[in-house]
Amino acid sequence: MPKTEPASSPPALADELARLEEIVRKLEADDVELDTALLLFEEGIARLRSARERLGAAELKVQAVLEEAGGDLRLTDLDA
Amino acid sequence: MTLSLPLNVPSVSDQVWSVGQLNTAIKQLIDGSFPPIWVRGEVLQCKVWSSGHWYFTLRDGRSQVRCSMFKLNASRAGKPPADGTEVFVLAKPGLYQEKGEFQLVVSRMLPTSAVGQKQQELERVKTLLQQDGLFDPIRKRAVPLYVSTIAVVTSRDGAALKDVVTVTRKRWPCARILFVGARVQGDGAVADLVRALKLVNRLPGLDLCIVGRGGGAREDLAAFNSEAVCRALANVRVPTISAVGHEIDISLTDLVADHRAATPSAAAELAVANRRDVLRLVDDLSVRLASGLTGRTRLAASRLARSSDRLHAGMQGVLDARRNLAERLAAQLDALSPLRVLGRGYAVPMNEAGRVLKRREDFVKDQGFRLRVADGDVRARVE
Repeated sequence: MPKTEPASSPPALADELARLEEIVRKLEADDVELDTALLLFEEGIARLRSARERLGAAELKVQAVLEEAGGDLRLTDLDA
Repeated sequence: MTLSLPLNVPSVSDQVWSVGQLNTAIKQLIDGSFPPIWVRGEVLQCKVWSSGHWYFTLRDGRSQVRCSMFKLNASRAGKPPADGTEVFVLAKPGLYQEKGEFQLVVSRMLPTSAVGQKQQELERVKTLLQQDGLFDPIRKRAVPLYVSTIAVVTSRDGAALKDVVTVTRKRWPCARILFVGARVQGDGAVADLVRALKLVNRLPGLDLCIVGRGGGAREDLAAFNSEAVCRALANVRVPTISAVGHEIDISLTDLVADHRAATPSAAAELAVANRRDVLRLVDDLSVRLASGLTGRTRLAASRLARSSDRLHAGMQGVLDARRNLAERLAAQLDALSPLRVLGRGYAVPMNEAGRVLKRREDFVKDQGFRLRVADGDVRARVE
């Protein structure tokens, strides 16, 4: 595992968009109760915001993976 | 005396070509007709000029052709071949315009004997890997739809990393590229690539691995045909793309990887979505989300209205039923009412307290009482 930067694991964008698609399909169907629809809508809005933020992350990050003498991995930013 | 001209001479109306024009036209014709091709033949009189260029003849039993090989390419080919050496050359046919000589401009030269050995080794490894199912289509994994982190296994010096970065930055800048350096040709390349591919398996949060290099001569791609590299690639736990840039050959890593791309740039195109398209998808979902809720609330409102109508109708029914019952009961009450009896001429005697006097002993001599008749009371006295 890299020492300098622990892995963070937000939900994958693909999962986020798949859930959003599911929410929209449910809302478009007639058989969802109004209070459930409102909850779904709120969740949808949150996921839309999150997806847009992630897509808006402007800078491509390029890092080199280095293996240290002890076998640990280290990531360093690369100007590529 | 008359001057007679032969008939088969050009007239003023005929187009007359200069030699230069002719050679230019022929050169253009040849240049436009041939991509680089592999030609097999025997080398004759290979001369190395002081400039470093090689000039030689290539022949077979029937024909021969002049060849030139420029310094940079010649230096990669090793020693000049002795007369009679059978070789494959990668060459572009052309015309040496000044002298009007047809020639091959050679970029690669490989002795056929070496190729034979390499080909045998390649076939051996290919058979082994095939037997072990490493080329099976069933093994192939799809490239994830939206990747976050991509490992790129290649050389730090080559153009491959730069190409992947350039394409990814343009199409999908929200990604992260983890570069794992390895020599991709020459001594140590196989060991380096195997180590790098093993290291890829230790990277957390990885979505995809691209392994490759920019274009190179066939002999420079040997590491990508190595059994050890192929097996290490097959063991990578995320989907893989092999991008060994070479216009003619397919390497064994191309067959083992989940996907093959002709160049590292093409690999990046395959690896990442286009942010513009995905933003359009998100916008579309946003519109559908809003209209989905609007539609849903409209539906609820119309259901509510329908429910209200039904409730109203239901209440009206209950009220009507109650009213009917009340009327029915009132009619019954009316029928049973003593007042109805009084209407027929009967009277009811009551004392002052309003108690009905039913028996003889209820009447006391000289005591007054009231008689209730249909339209009121009449005072009376017992005699």
